[in-house]
Amino acid sequence: MPSYAEIAAIRLGFGLSPRLTPPADPAGMAASVAAATRIGPQAVTLDKVRAWQDKGLDLGAAARAGDPAARDRDVAYRRRLGGIYRAAIQNRFARAVDDHSGFGERLVWFWADHFTVTGGTVYWNLMTDAFVQDAIRPHLTGRFADMMLAAEIHPAMVRYLDQDRSVGPNSARARRNPDKPLGLNENLAREMIELHSLGVGADYSQQDVTQLAELLTGLAYHPRQTGIFRPGQAEPGAETVLGARYGGGRASLDDIRGVIADLARHPATARHIARKMAVHFVADDPPQPLVDRLAAVFADTGGDLGAMNLALAEAPELRQQFRQKMRQPFDFLVAALRGLGVDGRQVRDMKPGQLQRLLLQPMTAMGQAWGSPLGPDGWPEDQAAWASPQGLAMRITWALSAPSRLTDPLPDARQLLRAALGDTASEALSWAVPRAESQAEGVALILASADFNRR
Amino acid sequence: MLSRRLFLKSTALIGCSAAAHPLLSSATFAAAPGDNRLVVIILRGAMDGLDAFQPYGDPALRGLRQTLSLGPDHGATDLDGFFALHRGLSELMPLWQAGQLAFAPAVSTPYRDKRSHFDGQTMLEAGTGTDLNLDAQQDGWLNRLLQAMPGQASETAYSVGVSQMRILQGQAPAKSWTPKAQMDLSPQAEQLLTRIYHDDPLFRDASAQAMEIVASLSPDLATGKPGQDHLEIARFAADRLNGQTRIASFSIGGWDTHAGQAGSLPRMLGRLADTILTLKADLGANWARTTVMAMTEFGRTVRENGSAGTDHGTGGTLLAAGGAVRGGRMMGDWPGLAEDDLYDGRDLMPLRDIRAYAAWAMHAKFGIDRATLEGSVFPGLDMGSDPRMTA
Repeated sequence: MPSYAEIAAIRLGFGLSPRLTPPADPAGMAASVAAATRIGPQAVTLDKVRAWQDKGLDLGAAARAGDPAARDRDVAYRRRLGGIYRAAIQNRFARAVDDHSGFGERLVWFWADHFTVTGGTVYWNLMTDAFVQDAIRPHLTGRFADMMLAAEIHPAMVRYLDQDRSVGPNSARARRNPDKPLGLNENLAREMIELHSLGVGADYSQQDVTQLAELLTGLAYHPRQTGIFRPGQAEPGAETVLGARYGGGRASLDDIRGVIADLARHPATARHIARKMAVHFVADDPPQPLVDRLAAVFADTGGDLGAMNLALAEAPELRQQFRQKMRQPFDFLVAALRGLGVDGRQVRDMKPGQLQRLLLQPMTAMGQAWGSPLGPDGWPEDQAAWASPQGLAMRITWALSAPSRLTDPLPDARQLLRAALGDTASEALSWAVPRAESQAEGVALILASADFNRR
Repeated sequence: MLSRRLFLKSTALIGCSAAAHPLLSSATFAAAPGDNRLVVIILRGAMDGLDAFQPYGDPALRGLRQTLSLGPDHGATDLDGFFALHRGLSELMPLWQAGQLAFAPAVSTPYRDKRSHFDGQTMLEAGTGTDLNLDAQQDGWLNRLLQAMPGQASETAYSVGVSQMRILQGQAPAKSWTPKAQMDLSPQAEQLLTRIYHDDPLFRDASAQAMEIVASLSPDLATGKPGQDHLEIARFAADRLNGQTRIASFSIGGWDTHAGQAGSLPRMLGRLADTILTLKADLGANWARTTVMAMTEFGRTVRENGSAGTDHGTGGTLLAAGGAVRGGRMMGDWPGLAEDDLYDGRDLMPLRDIRAYAAWAMHAKFGIDRATLEGSVFPGLDMGSDPRMTA
């Protein structure tokens, strides 16, 4: 029978590796999350992105003025920043490959997906990485309310959900510019309720969304202006969201802090987050007792995510519902790298072309283009979304061609079977692997198998 | 002959998809379900119908919009003296003139008030009403159509592209593929894979389909050019529709124009136009038997917002194109944009259920009776009078 360490590393982490020893009990598993909260000195952060954007504004303006030398400098600058963003992606892969349990990095993925933001230009791509460092990592074992506040007011979110374009219709700024179409944009308000906190099935109205949108006016970002709140574009007066009144005095970020604190501790939020964690880590259709336990932990602890992590690590459903989940493409690729014995340093040393060919293009073809989910609801959880014929064809193609370009020599397929799946391998796979015509096909069978692609 | 409905029922009970069963190859069910083709394009993100087909003749429009839907004086093409075609769709004018392009300007699903894309899309693809739990709706109306079509095989219907298409999910076998996928397996590896997937229905069926499709692909469908996925998808869909396939569905995302709509919408409309024209070109003579419907989960606010964009609304536009369409006209009625005419004081009032158009098209083109359409394909729908969308 598979050990706790095997089950936990596969279900809560990124799978087994011959190089790593996962924690042997739930307490160790939950404690291992701390490693993912650390932010290295090289990390992309808001302050750095702000400085890069500031310089970029000058270079861009000079380039647009028509000086060819300035244009070359601008292109070279953006190319250099593109390299920094690429290194940030490699770092995400590398940390996941090296994390001894993988649980913390999986939580980074989960929460970054819960609070989805996407980029676009190189500056805003870098901002999405800053978002992970600023808003997600520090709060993995802290309070949900703190993570939610950090996420909602982060420039990456403010821009992604158009909050930077939302102006109170009766604000000072709108009154100064009667000819400009300045007004509310309710995108962030809506997703804050529907996706980030209460859930779309909860009891709220269009009026709550509109009132929250009015309350959020004032949130903004510009690389050359300090702070993220502009009272001059905030809608005057108090707003009522879900029956509670906010603001009314001089508009300030405190009003927004207040409403986020209340949304974060709402009973519907406890149920929504509990279910979402159970769906992501346990089963597409999770057992209700698990969801109820997680919701109770959330409610009883005031949204303590460390307690949620421990409750997940302790859940007997991890074993009972084993392999009810499809690994998402990022999860699949990291698990394959770990199983093959690749280490983080090798990932960080990949040349741009290797990164594209071996990881990013395949990930896109499997249905998960890096940093580009289709909407603010993030990536789908449903196994059918990932085990489509074309998605599976892409995984098989990768399993046939990529490992020999990642490890030389290839591991013996029988050893890989042991290293990647331990005591969890099925009889059918154990039977088939020694019958492959070559080591490469034996390796491909393992990585393409349902055993490996499920967790 | 084995009863197909009975077979589907029994295979569903043991959790085995009919697609992988050897008895259900297209040879066994060779009778094709007629010659008509249906293409459903889901425009994800809620297209602004008031900008695509601009009701510039409505006196209230000017007061609601400052930078959008500015009519023929600003680059749109007049259609009928009241509506104008957005310049992003201008390549479709020859279709309009040939009577192969039509639109219904004020339609919606039964979804109201919460205006979530995801629930809106679920309801659009599920084709159900408001009385069912959205989370539980995992199958789609094109799949239920297949279940009502005699003589169809798994090749009959395709969803195309990398993203998931709930509209074709369900008990009836249907295929899904992206032109980007290829596989290069030795016969031994293929056999071993088949064996290790055997006990996992999801992997077994998906891999069986993948191997079958790879073996049947026409060469050179993929363009490999970035930003041209929609053309690859259209070419692949046409390739299949020129064979045994009669129903194809895919999606085009990117319509959520909360800000700077005048910058992004022309590009998206251009993609939609190119997609339709690629289908037309590659379908050749089959275009005459084709109905294309482009649908969106809901419309957008009638008022332009503070960011030169629009927010989530209710009433939206159905676009129909194809040689089988009775086009060159607006279908249905126009509710008007006066304050009292709006839904909830902010949205275009939907005058007709978008499902009624789809239902009448299926009735006309696949001979599905009204009771089936109103009872199981679109449960609870009242189809009303025939809009005569198709010729």
